[in-house]
Amino acid sequence: MTAQLLELLSHPLGQMITALAAIMVFMAVNGMALQYAERKVAGFIQRRPGPYEVGPHGLLQPFADAGKLISKQLVAPLGADRLLFWIAPLVSVAPVVVCFLPIPFSPLLTGMNINLGLLLILAFSGLNTLALCLAGWGSNNKYSLLGAARAVAQSVAYEIPLLLSVLAVAFQVGSLDLAAIAASQTQGLLSWNVLVQPLAFIIFFISGIAETNRAPFDLPEAESELTAGFHTEYSGMCFGIFFLAEYSYMVVVCAVATALFLGGWDGPVFPGPWWFLAKTFALIFAMMWFRWTFPRVRFDQLLNICWKWLIPLGLANLVATAAIVKWVQ
Amino acid sequence: MSQDVNSRLTGDFYTAPFGPRLEPDGDTLVLNMGPQHPATHGVLRVVVELDGEYIRRAEPVLGYIHRMHEKMGEVKTWVQYLPNMGRVDYLHALAWNWAYVGAVEKLMGIEVPPRAEYIRVITCELNRINSHLLWWGAYLLDLGAFTPILYAFADREHIMDILQMVTGSRLTYCYYRFGGVSGDVNDEFIRRTREFVADFKKRLPMYRALVTDNIILRGRCEDIGVLTPEMARRYGATGPVLRGSGVAYDVRRAEPYSIYDRLDFDIPTGRKGDVMDRYEVRMAELDQCLRIVEQALDALPTGAHIHPDLPERFIPPKGEVYYAVEGARGKIGVYLLSDGGPKPYRVKLRSPGFSNLSLFAELAQGTLLADAVSILGSLDLVIPEIDR
Amino acid sequence: MSMKRLFQNIKGLWSLLVGLKVTGGELIKPWLTVHYPRQEVENLSSYRGHIELVPATDDPLTPRCIMCWKCVEICPSRCISLRMHATGEAGVAAADDPGLLLAPEVKSPYSAHLAPPPDKIERILDSYRLNYSLCSLCGLCVQICPVDAIRFSRNAYLVGTTRQSFELDLLARLKSQAASARGAAPTQPQGA
Repeated sequence: MTAQLLELLSHPLGQMITALAAIMVFMAVNGMALQYAERKVAGFIQRRPGPYEVGPHGLLQPFADAGKLISKQLVAPLGADRLLFWIAPLVSVAPVVVCFLPIPFSPLLTGMNINLGLLLILAFSGLNTLALCLAGWGSNNKYSLLGAARAVAQSVAYEIPLLLSVLAVAFQVGSLDLAAIAASQTQGLLSWNVLVQPLAFIIFFISGIAETNRAPFDLPEAESELTAGFHTEYSGMCFGIFFLAEYSYMVVVCAVATALFLGGWDGPVFPGPWWFLAKTFALIFAMMWFRWTFPRVRFDQLLNICWKWLIPLGLANLVATAAIVKWVQ
Repeated sequence: MSQDVNSRLTGDFYTAPFGPRLEPDGDTLVLNMGPQHPATHGVLRVVVELDGEYIRRAEPVLGYIHRMHEKMGEVKTWVQYLPNMGRVDYLHALAWNWAYVGAVEKLMGIEVPPRAEYIRVITCELNRINSHLLWWGAYLLDLGAFTPILYAFADREHIMDILQMVTGSRLTYCYYRFGGVSGDVNDEFIRRTREFVADFKKRLPMYRALVTDNIILRGRCEDIGVLTPEMARRYGATGPVLRGSGVAYDVRRAEPYSIYDRLDFDIPTGRKGDVMDRYEVRMAELDQCLRIVEQALDALPTGAHIHPDLPERFIPPKGEVYYAVEGARGKIGVYLLSDGGPKPYRVKLRSPGFSNLSLFAELAQGTLLADAVSILGSLDLVIPEIDR
Repeated sequence: MSMKRLFQNIKGLWSLLVGLKVTGGELIKPWLTVHYPRQEVENLSSYRGHIELVPATDDPLTPRCIMCWKCVEICPSRCISLRMHATGEAGVAAADDPGLLLAPEVKSPYSAHLAPPPDKIERILDSYRLNYSLCSLCGLCVQICPVDAIRFSRNAYLVGTTRQSFELDLLARLKSQAASARGAAPTQPQGA
């Protein structure tokens, strides 16, 4: 029986299903943990305790919030395109599950070893734009529509520097497999790509913040202008799913950054996965720190940063990397 | 079905002028911001017509928090109208207190003891710092920075503690009385005020490092919403909005009241008249307020805090009076008409926010939606004061 | 020109780091907020709550109030209501209107602390009610009182779920305060 089960699990399909199930659990736990962490970080930066009343130090607050979100009524606005309206949260959250598959938490702990893992993540994370677009269009709300328009322009623009920075690393290592890229950086701190490709790391991180619609690039949901942007009309768990997707994308971006630039699972004493998670969450903490420090940029400035700075710099970095790689060969 | 629903949601009297009839190409979006909207700070409603994200027209709609303060003045006795003043503009309540009290004193010829004048200056300037700090935090909230408002509140808390010691309240003060102030200050008040002034001077560089020098903030503020002095005059703008445009008009200097002509302070002005200049003027005013408070504390005379021989009932003689003071938002004017009765015959309140808001429609034209929010925030509007 | 702009941009990036340093510094500082159920604010001594009656110096059960109706008259929101009756030469009369019973003569509210002249008829306060939901806390009543019979309470934690819970009977409050003070007084020497 056990042997059969093991055989079933070791089958690629079985492995994938197990991984997907594990990822969904991870996402749910992660969403709650990050929401708690974000509120605590915000609280500490603002010299207040953050959530404190539910459970010791407010630890049960995420559960209370989840309970509230799940029990709330789902309301579709009058005149909304119901199909698009209800499908949008699902379109937002479904691809992110796939994005977790190729992330190498350690050489062994990888959802699926595919040699095009990076491409898979980039392809599926692009679907989030579609979800925001559907949500904005289907809500029959002008704020949502404006938010969706911003989201699309922003995501499309920032995918280019993101790709350019990723390509530089891929050129250098000669692989699109995240595990291989991470494995190439396991010879100590100096072999980490963040030191080899500092510019690519900065471009990747900035683009990642913009791709996940985090402050200071949170224009699609800029609440002082568009109340809540694309999710103005969503209530209850539909809002919760958007929320979950946002936090999961944050983890994906930071995990990819860890694998590409911060040596993946490389680190002394503790086992690899812990190092991977620690680096990922350190990057997430930096994202939160940014959010609670900076004002929001304006829309044209956002695109200017992308087209006038990140893309030229990314291209230059890519060309230089390619030239050096060729020369070394 | 969907078409049907949308045709029912066509708007109201205020959106009617924005109808497709008047727009030949009809390719615009009419967006209703407010009365419940995070950027309007209260119940202001702005109807904007958007072409993409650019604003073609913006029209503020007022009256959602009209409380008939002027009419209330006609049905209450002269003294009974005092607590209303703290509610007109709750952020700089003491300036409104002063405007009304000063008008009645002028009408009746009541002399204010010097100690009361100094106490008024100290408390009014502390209140001005309080108001500017709240504006600072709320404005950055408009621009998407969430943290500064809590730092501002940490400092506001000290001011409110200090003002609570003498006024007893923390927001809607009713402290000034005809002929003085309702309670004297003690040594504890003076000590804590000095302490606050010293502490706050240390906080200001932090504000500058965190916000004023920030490149993102500068990008959102510089060359946005340029208000020419000519336009500011045309709309009757006053306060930091006018001074940001380079006009050094301050009631405390232009028509000195109380003891302001004896105090040494500068009137900060901007050069370009953009949002950043208005921002810088307010931040510079914080410094000047501290200077005024320090000087007034040093020169605080002893004596009575209220005129010792006041009539039991205040019945001013027949006549009219206009008295203006400088509030945090601009020139606060109170016009009173007395028919010699126990109640004012007519009360007219000139609120600076009303004039400052009226220029928004012209200023926002052609800007991005995000810039319009930034401009609206830079005018420092307190909606209850506008509607009165 | 372009070099200058580049320099400006680098300076701008530096400003972002400075901002991060500021918030990072605040991150590790202790909280500033007061956690209400566990902690309370300390500056209640200068807090002005609703008004309360001041007892007479010789008897903590009777208010110092002389029933001159000045506070009722000056209140801008008319939230104070008084009831009284009088015994004396004219016999027993009851009224809630000061016109029926001559109010004692007091010169000026601001030349305070002048006790009113002794009166022939004795006034007894039946009730002194404050509708706190109307009160705007302007303090005019406290200021105009010729005998300082009203003061501000320090009751900052007044909460209620009904409108009636803000209609305060200040005479009853005075009595209960006197009772609790008397209850507390004998125990204190024993404890010490």
